[in-house]
Amino acid sequence: MSKYTPIMGLEVHVELKTKSKMFCGCSADYFGKAPNTHVCPVCLGLPGALPVPNKTAIEWCIKIALALNCKINEFSKFDRKNYFYPDLAKGYQISQYDLPFGHDGYVQLSNDKRVRIMRVHMEEDTGKLTHEDGASLIDFNRSGLPLVEIVTEPDFHDAKDVVEYLQKLQRIVRYLDVSNADMERGDMRLEPNISLSLNPKKLPNYKVEVKNINSFKFVEKTIIYELKRQEALLEKGETPAQETRGWDETRQKTFSQRSKEDAQDYRYFPEPDIPPIRTRKEDIESFISEMPELPDAKLERFQKEYTIPAYDAEILTREKSLANYFEEAAKVGQENKVTPKEIANTIINKKIAIEQTSPAALIKQIVSGKQTVQIDEKELKKLITEVISENEKAVEDYKKGKEASLMFILGQVMRKLGRKADTKIILHAITEQLA
Amino acid sequence: MDIKKLTITQTLKDLKAKKYSSVELTQAYLDRIEHVDPTINAYVTVTNEEALKNAKAADEKRAQGSDAALLGIPLSVKDNFSTNGIRTTASSKVLDGYIPPYDATVVKKIKDAGMVLLGKTNLDAWAHGSSTETSDYGPTKNPWNTDHLPGGSSGGAAATVAADEALAAIGSETAGSIRQPAGWCGVVGLKPTYGRVSRYGVIAMGSSLDSPGPITKTVEDSALLLQVLAGKDPLDATTSSNAVPNYLKNMKDKINGIKIGIADDYFEGVDDEIKAKVEEAIKQFEQMGATIKKIKLFPPKYAIAVYTIIQRAEVSSNLARFDGIRYGKDRSYFGEEAKRRIMLGTYTLSAGYYDQYYNKAMKVRTVIINNFNDAFKDVDVIVGPTSPTTALPIGATEGQAMFGELADMLVEPSSIAGLSGINMPVGFSKAGLPIGMQIIGPQFGEEIVLRVGYNYEQKNPLYELKPKL
Repeated sequence: MSKYTPIMGLEVHVELKTKSKMFCGCSADYFGKAPNTHVCPVCLGLPGALPVPNKTAIEWCIKIALALNCKINEFSKFDRKNYFYPDLAKGYQISQYDLPFGHDGYVQLSNDKRVRIMRVHMEEDTGKLTHEDGASLIDFNRSGLPLVEIVTEPDFHDAKDVVEYLQKLQRIVRYLDVSNADMERGDMRLEPNISLSLNPKKLPNYKVEVKNINSFKFVEKTIIYELKRQEALLEKGETPAQETRGWDETRQKTFSQRSKEDAQDYRYFPEPDIPPIRTRKEDIESFISEMPELPDAKLERFQKEYTIPAYDAEILTREKSLANYFEEAAKVGQENKVTPKEIANTIINKKIAIEQTSPAALIKQIVSGKQTVQIDEKELKKLITEVISENEKAVEDYKKGKEASLMFILGQVMRKLGRKADTKIILHAITEQLA
Repeated sequence: MDIKKLTITQTLKDLKAKKYSSVELTQAYLDRIEHVDPTINAYVTVTNEEALKNAKAADEKRAQGSDAALLGIPLSVKDNFSTNGIRTTASSKVLDGYIPPYDATVVKKIKDAGMVLLGKTNLDAWAHGSSTETSDYGPTKNPWNTDHLPGGSSGGAAATVAADEALAAIGSETAGSIRQPAGWCGVVGLKPTYGRVSRYGVIAMGSSLDSPGPITKTVEDSALLLQVLAGKDPLDATTSSNAVPNYLKNMKDKINGIKIGIADDYFEGVDDEIKAKVEEAIKQFEQMGATIKKIKLFPPKYAIAVYTIIQRAEVSSNLARFDGIRYGKDRSYFGEEAKRRIMLGTYTLSAGYYDQYYNKAMKVRTVIINNFNDAFKDVDVIVGPTSPTTALPIGATEGQAMFGELADMLVEPSSIAGLSGINMPVGFSKAGLPIGMQIIGPQFGEEIVLRVGYNYEQKNPLYELKPKL
């Protein structure tokens, strides 16, 4: 075991799936659309255009914060983050600085570790640059889309925990129905801060930020790679440079993007175009009342209410649609004496396609499956005994190790049974009786 | 028709009475522009064809019985208002070729009211100044003496009204840019409460201060235009949802019983001629039955520091979008003043300086707001000079980086507090240059400001006097 403890934090950007953009009326359904077709003076940053905040986006941001057990700032505001980049229409990004919508929350991991959430804030997305044939092209369709940034404290010491946290976060925003959280479309962008410390209680004097990773697997690989790279440097008596790096999937390594010397001074100041936002206690209460049951609560309830093991409950609550399906099936199952455990087993083991099989159809399937087996068990024993006594030679051959004889016996049993049945079950019964 | 004698009020009557058509009226203004603008240089762009086309449309609408409020009235708009399809430069070469694809809300409203746009008026580049001398399209001259400045930044706008190159003008004020040029050009300039008139489509200068407003010959014209401009705009989150009153309803009421505050600090360092005229006006108010009350306000000099820091910070951010990638011109096209402001604003927002400058300025701003709020518990309006001097000679701004702040010293505190205010012409200096008086009202105090101004104007119809051009 290494003498160093990994100390890691995460910044995650989640793109919301509101109908319109964050500060204008343009359609937010931009993915795959012709470049610069979902634009207006506001998201193009034309001179004189002004941002008007999307209330739904703010509400959703607050709901995410609440789902992450955050405190909500009753007095919040937007700020300008000033920096230059060609995809940034106004020369500044509207974000939040000192008064984010949510702060000081936590996420509980399955190993009972608690990851503290530092802040949950709202900001706008930028345009998208592409480089073709020596030219750089800007598409502003994505400019001004609502993004929620979720920042943790440096509470991670293990890549596995990071992945679990990300899965939980993804589940939460999907449960809230505020983001598709589709990694491939860039709905979730991940930025781990990674460092190593000799003293696990103390933050080291450097940190490496890896930007814009779009898969949980890559995050894990990035972390494993970075920890090795940093440990090698530390072992040589060097301190890894404080910098921003990227993940190169082809070469399976991280590479330096920007050093500390280039660190930006964003010159934050309150966005004068948007009045401060007050979220009253009543508003927060009504948001809470509108929120669905979240994955953790559902997981716990499933275990208690349906007496299914944590393993099953975890799988069933990964997606809200599956959890709902299970609950409906359990209801139908109750009338048909099918236990939730049987339903859970069937859904999980048989990988039921829930879009194609209604809960009622599923129960029917389980019931008929059970009927076959029930009849078989008694009848089967009798039939097997008959076949064994009628085919002494084959039994003897089998006992000497002739596998083909077993198949012969199986054939005899099937013939006597006179209908289709699960051969595995019959085979199992035969070998048991012959043992 | 003699356009020098027209007001909006009069013109609306004449148009209804078919004394002349909007086309004839518009043509008269275009002729006047052609005649005097080579001297005055108030316009950056004159929109002859569109103006005549829109005037024709207005005449047709009138024939069909349209009741649009200001149907067929020709006006000028400052060139920092976005106009769909019409070049909008903010008097900076950076935007020399920029044709916006959309109208500012104010422009949309004047169009909806049936008004005819004559052209876009000159300003200090990006509205950075109080002289119109820093325009990349050459300085505008003061119609009363073309060796003098018109003030700014709405210098072109004020000059079009003073020189009868438009019946009215739309300007914008961040701190003084309506009232000060109106003062120097001898016209009525109304700075509405921040948030009363939409900023959507106005090329931003100091976003927390910018207030579009009318520049007119008379107070009644001002009220007529404000009526069209004011109101909540869904495209500007900082506009107020307070109901818009009928500004004409109580405007003509007498002012006996009105309490007028006078603060000594607002007469400090002001030319004697100006002091004398404003004091004379105050005596008239007293004769009209108003109560004059001495009040104590923070000396205006504190506002200069606050304003300079907040405005420069906002400017540095607002101009960041002109990064050379779009709009066709790179950053070398920025003039000296814009560069100075970008650098100063960037500095005050930098890490380690924010608390010292910007944050502190915001705190003092709150103190100034509270100071005015307290004052308005005792008085209805505050009266004082608009500027410490009359129009200065062309070239006065050279080497004077703080020229604007000093010229606007007396209007900056009320701008910082987002108050309403108006410039009223109160006479002329011995040199024949106009003298302005400001009437400051509380936030959303436009009604009382207009009423006090109207009562003064009734006794002193200075708009009847015209520069020789």
